[in-house]
Amino acid sequence: MYPADYRYTKDHEWIKVQGDIGTIGITDYAQQELGDVVFVDAPKVGAKLAPGKSFGSVESVKAVSEIYSPVSGEVTETNPLLVDTPEKINTDPHSAAWLIKLKLADPKEVASLMDAAAYEAYIAEQTKEHSA
Amino acid sequence: MNTSAAVELRKTALNSVHRRLGAKMVNFGGWDMPLEYSGIIAEHQAVRTRAGLFDVSHMGELEIRGPGALQLLQWVSCNNAAKLNVGQAHYSGLMTSRGTFVDDLLVHKISDTHYLLCVNAGNQDGDFQHIVANNKFDAGLENAGSRYSQLAIQGPHAAEILQKLTPAPLDTIRYYHFTFGKVGGVDCLIARTGYTGEDGFEIYFAPEYSDRLWTDLMQAGESAGMIPCGLGARNTLRLEAGMCLYGHEIDDTTTPWEAGLAWICKMEKAPFLGSDTLAQQKQAGLPRKLIGFEMLDKRIGRDGYPVLITGHEAGRVTSGCPAPFLKKNIGMAYVPSNENTVGAEIEIGIRGQAAPARIVALPFYKRPQ
Repeated sequence: MYPADYRYTKDHEWIKVQGDIGTIGITDYAQQELGDVVFVDAPKVGAKLAPGKSFGSVESVKAVSEIYSPVSGEVTETNPLLVDTPEKINTDPHSAAWLIKLKLADPKEVASLMDAAAYEAYIAEQTKEHSA
Repeated sequence: MNTSAAVELRKTALNSVHRRLGAKMVNFGGWDMPLEYSGIIAEHQAVRTRAGLFDVSHMGELEIRGPGALQLLQWVSCNNAAKLNVGQAHYSGLMTSRGTFVDDLLVHKISDTHYLLCVNAGNQDGDFQHIVANNKFDAGLENAGSRYSQLAIQGPHAAEILQKLTPAPLDTIRYYHFTFGKVGGVDCLIARTGYTGEDGFEIYFAPEYSDRLWTDLMQAGESAGMIPCGLGARNTLRLEAGMCLYGHEIDDTTTPWEAGLAWICKMEKAPFLGSDTLAQQKQAGLPRKLIGFEMLDKRIGRDGYPVLITGHEAGRVTSGCPAPFLKKNIGMAYVPSNENTVGAEIEIGIRGQAAPARIVALPFYKRPQ
């Protein structure tokens, strides 16, 4: 379910690193929690992001969810697919519905994020709290 | 969570059914209720084009009985209950002495001396106390919520689905009328009412039959494409239909005039609670009025966001969301009553940015006749 070569945040973003470029999206858990996604507010290309800093939002019918950058860097691309079909986030959150790409300021930052196993344990814990 | 143990949520008789169906549950006014099953958009479209089934058993029921019942109702509510026939219902407001809303409600006239009130879940106990405190007419009052479950069957196919389960001739029940009859062998009050803007029914019955009626209705509706619907779709449907929600468009600071609800406020029956203030406000003019707006770009003006007119904050959004059937982003808001012209362009403040919107006539959606 959660790709092994991605890293994850407690705010339910994922990042995939290829060279010095990171691709960022929200996790399947996050899209399930949000419900039907209807709008994505993405940053501009060139925007500088810092870890934990909000860079935009994903909105469902019911709620607005801020998106936080897992790492520092500069936005190089936003996903054009999400302009007219934001609902792709509900069907393909880990691949086609990525949010942004950024040039990493410090590729070492990624190492401090959760790997897939740690993230799966984390959301299992969240789900348990939810239903308690 | 640490807090969850302290606050025990109330559950309807269908709680385990919702959980079995995999519904996403939310705390709604102290009740553990289904927000969505298959998704708000799919559920919304089902009600507009086919049918949807809602558990609305959290809604409160109050009963007023006795020779003083009508007088009491006339005193505490703003619509004219003297005009109701037996078997008829109307929408009304429970008034404070300032002419503002304690709650909004449906009043069903069961007999000359017996009325059933359907009120908001979170207001039920407050409503009851308010009516008791104003009961100078010696009417009998019952806080009857625990004696009723309520299901709403809504959508263009609602009547044909419900008809499969009841001998009651549904085509003879007009909009905002009701009858008593069996549904799936269970005694029900069957009302042609709803909160979606579609044709449909709300049925009231003893909670012990909830599982059975839910199952029977889901089976009866299967071929017509009826699906279970949660409070998420209930909210988008009512907003598309331009209906008020207590705590959003109306509360104890808003009057019926401001909320565009003059049609439920009948001054000819005065005096009633708040009627002096309402008469004064009508004469003096309104400080603000409820408007409908649609967004002119893809952004969504949501509850609590500021409304900007010529750059200045002129009010707040009371409810705002995507309208799945109209495929627009819509909302309602209060603005100064001299700035409520349909067609006027306004802006909604969204996280520090001004997003363009236009004032439009209410309701946003009206079902085809």
